[in-house]
Amino acid sequence: MRDFWQWMFSPSRRGPMLIAPALIMLFVMNIFPLMWSFGLSFFHYKASSIRPPTFAGLYYYEKVLTDPVVWERMQTTALIVAMSVLLQLVIGFALAMMFEKKFPLRREILMLVLTPMMLSFVAVGVFFKLFYEPTFGLLSQAYSYFSGEPLTLLATQWGAVWGIVIADAWMWSPFVMLLVLAGLVSVPDYLYEAAEVDRASKWKRFTTVTFPYVRGLLLLALLFRTIETFKIFDVVYLITNGGPGTSTETIAVYVYRVAFQFFKTSQSSALSYILLFIVIVLTNLYLYFVKKRGEEG
Amino acid sequence: MSVLMSLFSRKERRLREAGWGWTLFAGIISLIYFFPVLWIIMTAFKTRADALATPPVFFFTPTLDNFVAVFYRVAQTGSGEAIGTGMGGFFFNSIFVASAGVFLALIIGTLASYGFSRYPLKGNDTYLFVVLTTRMLPPIIVIIPIFLMFRMAGLSGSYIGVILLYAAFNLPFSIWMMKSFFDELSPDVEDSARMDGSSEFGVFFKMCIPQLKAGLAATAVFAVILTWNEFLFALLLTSTDTRTVPVAMARTIGGEIGVEWGLLAAIITLFLIPVFGVTYLLQNHLLRGVTFGTIKK
Repeated sequence: MRDFWQWMFSPSRRGPMLIAPALIMLFVMNIFPLMWSFGLSFFHYKASSIRPPTFAGLYYYEKVLTDPVVWERMQTTALIVAMSVLLQLVIGFALAMMFEKKFPLRREILMLVLTPMMLSFVAVGVFFKLFYEPTFGLLSQAYSYFSGEPLTLLATQWGAVWGIVIADAWMWSPFVMLLVLAGLVSVPDYLYEAAEVDRASKWKRFTTVTFPYVRGLLLLALLFRTIETFKIFDVVYLITNGGPGTSTETIAVYVYRVAFQFFKTSQSSALSYILLFIVIVLTNLYLYFVKKRGEEG
Repeated sequence: MSVLMSLFSRKERRLREAGWGWTLFAGIISLIYFFPVLWIIMTAFKTRADALATPPVFFFTPTLDNFVAVFYRVAQTGSGEAIGTGMGGFFFNSIFVASAGVFLALIIGTLASYGFSRYPLKGNDTYLFVVLTTRMLPPIIVIIPIFLMFRMAGLSGSYIGVILLYAAFNLPFSIWMMKSFFDELSPDVEDSARMDGSSEFGVFFKMCIPQLKAGLAATAVFAVILTWNEFLFALLLTSTDTRTVPVAMARTIGGEIGVEWGLLAAIITLFLIPVFGVTYLLQNHLLRGVTFGTIKK
């Protein structure tokens, strides 16, 4: 027994011993379940029935990949991701420019802008559902005050998409702002001084000094937000619940329905693996650029 | 408290002074950005009539009725005595589950991050990638097999199940965050302590941990907020006894009696209080926190 302890705590085993508990926990709670569902995706299985699973081979993968509904949901998700992330980049950049100065109460004012990011998705979803409420919602009232017509934003397809995009972009623009701000404050002073000596115009200074410095971080923001927005579930679930019809049903909401409303467990597992693949590719790309940035600076 | 106060300090490039004029400009823009949150807080203090008024009222006599109604409602039948709504219990669940899960994740995660940072192994990059990927995955992918697994193990709806799940959910975040803090410490100091005959435990607990108090506090608080806001896992894996506030909130809008906006706003406002405090104290660590420790500044 003593030998065992000595073997286990020998200096060369210290690294593995330290990370082992974490890896075991992740294996039990994440990786093993994922492997299980990978197995399930090759069987006919419904979580709501007691029939034992039977082998299905690649049937569900074929079904999912050729299913037009899946592609439709993917398109919806891509549309929401593209609109929302673009909006976040623009608003985030503008906000960062505003805070790249020293002024009294900066810390307190910055906090007003940062709060949305720290809210729960549920709170944001509920807020915006209230603002879009046709009769007494704040946004609807403001709209009808100026245009004289009532606004039923969530009743049309594009309105509902915008409704989700606005809520998501409002919540996450501060994230982009933080990243861009970190880039802006790291621009070395001598570059600005050089630009001043050259009497570069403000626009020129922006395109030749500021922007190249922030570009790397903007790319990281773009990737990170794409990965995160790709998963969008809570806000959609609460604001439109996929409606009207299925026009705002994102892929995450769709998987939820397939798995927990129709209980098509195998199909949802197969679908999960396609999403997993997409996320792994994006995460790899993200880490590649994080590393590249670390090596540069 | 002093631990949290030490988070304030950070070096930045000398930013241009802009004066009170800019404060006014930035303040107005930020207030507009912050307005949705402000409106919800105002709604929480309104009577039912004020909350649904058209046009919306900005000045009103505040009432605390909604806050009382969060915890007590008048019985529909009988003598009209006050009965609990169970919301107090849901607040307790949110706090209990989040802190227990985070505590567990932090212990395991700090050990692992120390291992990753100080004892580089061959496969470390791969492990770190796998760790991060488990965090980047759409939760819906992981929840399907976990749901089945918990049902089989009889853990669904129990505190232990949710706490374990939240510990695993926070582990990747803790590892990456704490690793980024460990990487900033110089290993030379630790080596010289070893030369002086300090044991490995001594190095870890007497040298590293005291220096990382601020980092630990930041990681813990972030993890608590992430968990506090989490919705999907809680929706599928909690029962009436273990339900958390976000789920209770979402159920309030799904009710048949019509939405009690004032009540909902009051729940959100109560739920916001810790978030405000955290955002203010952790401003300088927000970037690291929201990128899961992959980007420091």
